[in-house]
Amino acid sequence: MSKLMGWKELPPCDQLKASTAEEFETGDWRLGEKPVWHPETCIQCLICWISCPDSAITVKDQKMTGIDLKHCKGCGICARECPTKSKSITMERDK
Amino acid sequence: MAVVAKTGNEAMAEAMRQINPDVVAAYPITPATEIVMIFAQFVADGLVDTNYIPVESEHSAMSACVGAATTGARVMTGTSSQGLALMYEILPIASGLRLPIIMCDVNRAISAPINIHCDHSDTMAARDFGWIQIFSENAQEAYDNLLQAVRIAEDPRVLLPTMVTTDGFIISHGMERMEMLEDAQVKEYVGEKKPAYSILDLENPKTIGALDFTDYYFEHKMPLVQAMKDSKQVILEVGRDFGNKFGREYGFFEKYKMDDAELVMVALGSTCGTAKVAIDELREQGIKAGLLKIRVFRPFAAEEIAKELAGKKAVAVMDRSDSYNTQGGPVFTEVRSALYGTSNAPKMINYIYGLGGRDINVPQLKSVFTDLSKIDKMPEINYLGVRE
Repeated sequence: MSKLMGWKELPPCDQLKASTAEEFETGDWRLGEKPVWHPETCIQCLICWISCPDSAITVKDQKMTGIDLKHCKGCGICARECPTKSKSITMERDK
Repeated sequence: MAVVAKTGNEAMAEAMRQINPDVVAAYPITPATEIVMIFAQFVADGLVDTNYIPVESEHSAMSACVGAATTGARVMTGTSSQGLALMYEILPIASGLRLPIIMCDVNRAISAPINIHCDHSDTMAARDFGWIQIFSENAQEAYDNLLQAVRIAEDPRVLLPTMVTTDGFIISHGMERMEMLEDAQVKEYVGEKKPAYSILDLENPKTIGALDFTDYYFEHKMPLVQAMKDSKQVILEVGRDFGNKFGREYGFFEKYKMDDAELVMVALGSTCGTAKVAIDELREQGIKAGLLKIRVFRPFAAEEIAKELAGKKAVAVMDRSDSYNTQGGPVFTEVRSALYGTSNAPKMINYIYGLGGRDINVPQLKSVFTDLSKIDKMPEINYLGVRE
């Protein structure tokens, strides 16, 4: 943690830069299970991406590229919503 | 400038029309309903450019005001009593985010028992939420105060939400002679709003109102403390400037026959008009009575008020609400605290009066001065005009 600012150093009107949540690694909150992506069966429907409450599904050029475990809280919504028969995201033991 | 006959509500609605805010979000409540009702007609008639948001409650009204103000819009609303109480959750969010929202607040008693008439218990309960609070004696002051509120609230040294109050029915529905400025004069006077920021500024995305833990919450409240301090200078500047431009000067308070006064009444709002009549009659009998009418209750001009009261023989502080704290109403505790530790502090007693719109008249206010002439025999806290 960097040095704490005094009140006279703070930006006015309680403004902060955008996307400060990126700096808060909510992946620490996972209890027991983590999502695992299986790209070989993934149909790139992006339902996991739109369902994830923590923006932890990473996407590049409109394709899913993986799961950001630094921010994933392990809620399992992505695995539940995945429409492929074999489930392209599964919840597995998080060591 | 035109001389017109207006009720307090009409005066405030006309001021809103001339201010032409970007957004108004409001919900009706007696006795403030007319303000936003008349204004809604102005919107329907195309006399203003305002985006009017009808909402389902005062909680939503203030929430919509906060959202609109973060875009940099000039935002106004109006409410009273239980409606103000329903806004309480959002009021400190407006001040914490430093959003200069302007509110027309018509003072009305708080339930229970349910009552629609004037006292100050609704507004006084909101006194610690970081809003500037300005009280008006009559429709003219309500109009003038509302125009000044825009300049005060939006000053870069202030950026605080501001409520301008009138007394329910007494001012809100009482028709009076008053002077209205020309539309063009008001337009020039309030000018274009220069917001501190806008969340619609996509070039500079930002986070507003983020979570603070024990490490930063305290620091984020300190600028509010400073802004309230700095607002004092701005309120005086704006009041003087208004006087220079339009002939009616304003400050933290008005002094009525105070210079040689020995017995002094401190009061807020419409009661001050009645008190002036009482004082005039007492002066004819040679009694040196005076009035200190507090206009700005937040920030509280403690030093300045203490200076005015120093050396007086006896002071009666009039509270149109009770704090139910066993040591007097909110105005009394503030005024007495302002005088603590000062030299030459006068003897001081408190009157709680007029709850739920109970009439306060000239003979009653004269009796307060009679009490002051024998202050040593008086209890500290008195309830005026109640049956035992």
